[in-house]
Amino acid sequence: MSEDWPLYEVFVRARSGLEHKHVGSLHAADARMAIEHARDVYTRRQEGVSLWVVPSAQIIASDPQEAEALFEPARDKVYRHPTFYAIPDEVKNL
Amino acid sequence: MTEPAAAHTAAHVRYVLRLGDTSLILGQRLGEWIGHGPALEEDLGLANLALDFIGQARLLLTYAGELEGRGRDEDALAFLREAPEYANLTLVEQPNGDFACTIVRQWLVDSWQLQLYQALAGSADARLAAIAEKALKETRYHYRFSSGWLVRLGDGTEESRRRTQQALEELWRFTGELFAPDAIDAQMHAAGIAPELAGLRPAWSEAIDADLRAAGLARPADPSYRWQGKQGVHTEELSHLLAEMQHLPRAYPGARW
Repeated sequence: MSEDWPLYEVFVRARSGLEHKHVGSLHAADARMAIEHARDVYTRRQEGVSLWVVPSAQIIASDPQEAEALFEPARDKVYRHPTFYAIPDEVKNL
Repeated sequence: MTEPAAAHTAAHVRYVLRLGDTSLILGQRLGEWIGHGPALEEDLGLANLALDFIGQARLLLTYAGELEGRGRDEDALAFLREAPEYANLTLVEQPNGDFACTIVRQWLVDSWQLQLYQALAGSADARLAAIAEKALKETRYHYRFSSGWLVRLGDGTEESRRRTQQALEELWRFTGELFAPDAIDAQMHAAGIAPELAGLRPAWSEAIDADLRAAGLARPADPSYRWQGKQGVHTEELSHLLAEMQHLPRAYPGARW
């Protein structure tokens, strides 16, 4: 039965102020059921205070074949890390 | 204890037992779905419902035992009473049937409990009011779950609509008992402990009609016969349920794990 239902991705916010984190996916017939299933499957042990569910088909993913083109150019640009620069002692709040 | 005081306590115990037994028996029925749900997610969903009801039953039966003052705890009340001593509504002991039947039963109970717990949250009995307030949060979710499914099934395929209407016809005859007050209800109402039962019916009926409209289902005619589960007159279904539920603690008294 659930095989006929579309797949949803589930995001849980653990505490107010924190971001929603992806925790997994589930099958549901509609959006309302997806929230109920997400509640029952992923927040039974007080894991969250808020839920997002997103139809998996609506997520646009990067193509693994393009991984080199997308991500390799960043490899030799370590100066983008904030730790690359020496911070003068006088600077307190950075 | 004076005679009127003793009679009041006996009615109070009986009233709390009715609520506790109704939750316990429904929790046990829902538990029968574990491992048999139509999907993994629904299996967990039904198990979560079952645990809510068993949690309510624990609070209510513990309280009933304390009120009674004969040293019976929640386990003694749950596992060592026979069917005629059980005071649950006849509706909740009805078998699970197919998924539509389970959903219709659930939706009828949830919509009833929603009205009842809202009223009981203002009870003169502070302990009962606190239990009702906790249960009310759970009940709001239960109703969301069961009414959602009712609409989904009623408004689903031809097969799901047919089965849901059939379940409705089958279970509707037990709804008369939900709002039929007896002497105990009247006594508890007079003491400010319980709401006037019949007074909860209009709001319930309105919610029921709205859900049925959304689901495209027809409301059956009201039954003339009144079931009397809360007076201890049960269908044979309860004995079968109790035999399974009570087997282990009766065969191995005091067993723990």
